[in-house]
Amino acid sequence: MRDYRKMLAMFFSLVKIGTFTLGGGYAMIPLVQKEFVEKNKWIDNEEFLDIVALAQTVPGALIVNSSTYIGYRLFGFTGALVACLGSILPSIIIILIIAIFFDQIREFRMVESVFRGIRPAVVALILYAVYKLSSSIPRNILNMSWILISTISIVFLSINPIIIIAISGLLGYKLFKGAVLDEHDS
Amino acid sequence: MNMIASIFLTFMKIGAFGFGGGLAMLPLIEQEIVHNKGWITLKELVDIIAIVEMTPGPIAVNSATFVGYKVGGFIGALAGSLGIVIVSFILMTILAKYFMKVKNMSQIKAIFRGIRPTIIALMLSAVISVGKTAITDFKDVAIAVIIFIALVKFKLNPILGIVLSGVLGLIMYGGLL
Repeated sequence: MRDYRKMLAMFFSLVKIGTFTLGGGYAMIPLVQKEFVEKNKWIDNEEFLDIVALAQTVPGALIVNSSTYIGYRLFGFTGALVACLGSILPSIIIILIIAIFFDQIREFRMVESVFRGIRPAVVALILYAVYKLSSSIPRNILNMSWILISTISIVFLSINPIIIIAISGLLGYKLFKGAVLDEHDS
Repeated sequence: MNMIASIFLTFMKIGAFGFGGGLAMLPLIEQEIVHNKGWITLKELVDIIAIVEMTPGPIAVNSATFVGYKVGGFIGALAGSLGIVIVSFILMTILAKYFMKVKNMSQIKAIFRGIRPTIIALMLSAVISVGKTAITDFKDVAIAVIIFIALVKFKLNPILGIVLSGVLGLIMYGGLL
């Protein structure tokens, strides 16, 4: 019974975070840390950092992955399910409301002007994400040429990105298996 | 019903290869939803990304819900959002159950070391393909450059960047009245 109430508290913590955090998954992580580690002391800080690191090695949204793992750690499979749903429920509701609303307002000329301005900004935003992310990998010839080859393959040769991801994972395994990893990769 | 299953399976595929989260999934979404299925246009996808960036929650789930709604209504939205998380849910549950110490396994680290530069390549290709749709004249170039400089040099919050670009759009393209 105590567990059941604690699980409900976890669910609502995640719903609260999902409802109020702008800026995608990475922005939500510090709030999860505050709620789960500092406020409720459900897991300690070290384990939390391990979970986030692990969640990044699995495909999918970082916040969903982290929440699922924490939910399982605390309450087993039911906990994982509850945590996963808690982390996506606010998104589903909010996006549904916006999607319904958006279809009705997009006809207005004003809205079209606003989006004509926003579209180039989206390009800038993605480029900015590239800029920030590129500091997390070593700048050596191998990485740079792989980035170039993959980009060309996707954009100009129209190769499915999934194939590129699979090849790069395989190459990474072949090349770095058993290698002593530097701090960049920890 | 076939459509709903198709939405679920397509987003499941995207979720299964969506290393690096939200923006890194963009080329996958573009490939599957725009080119393979033809469910929405690239321009619609760019608009969805803009909205999703200004909305609370993870970008990947938000995009899947939005595209799912556009293609298959309410049930489509549910199919999209559940599809995009199902693979990570299963993987994380297995990891939590059997491999508490898997983070230290050198094989997994090696694989991810190979994938990490690819994530950057994925996002770069999103810049190029979105750029071809979103940037059509000199005004668009100006907006993209202004926002990029504001983000890098002045640490402008990305959400404010979108708001600012919307205002620029209103000024440049009119329709205020």
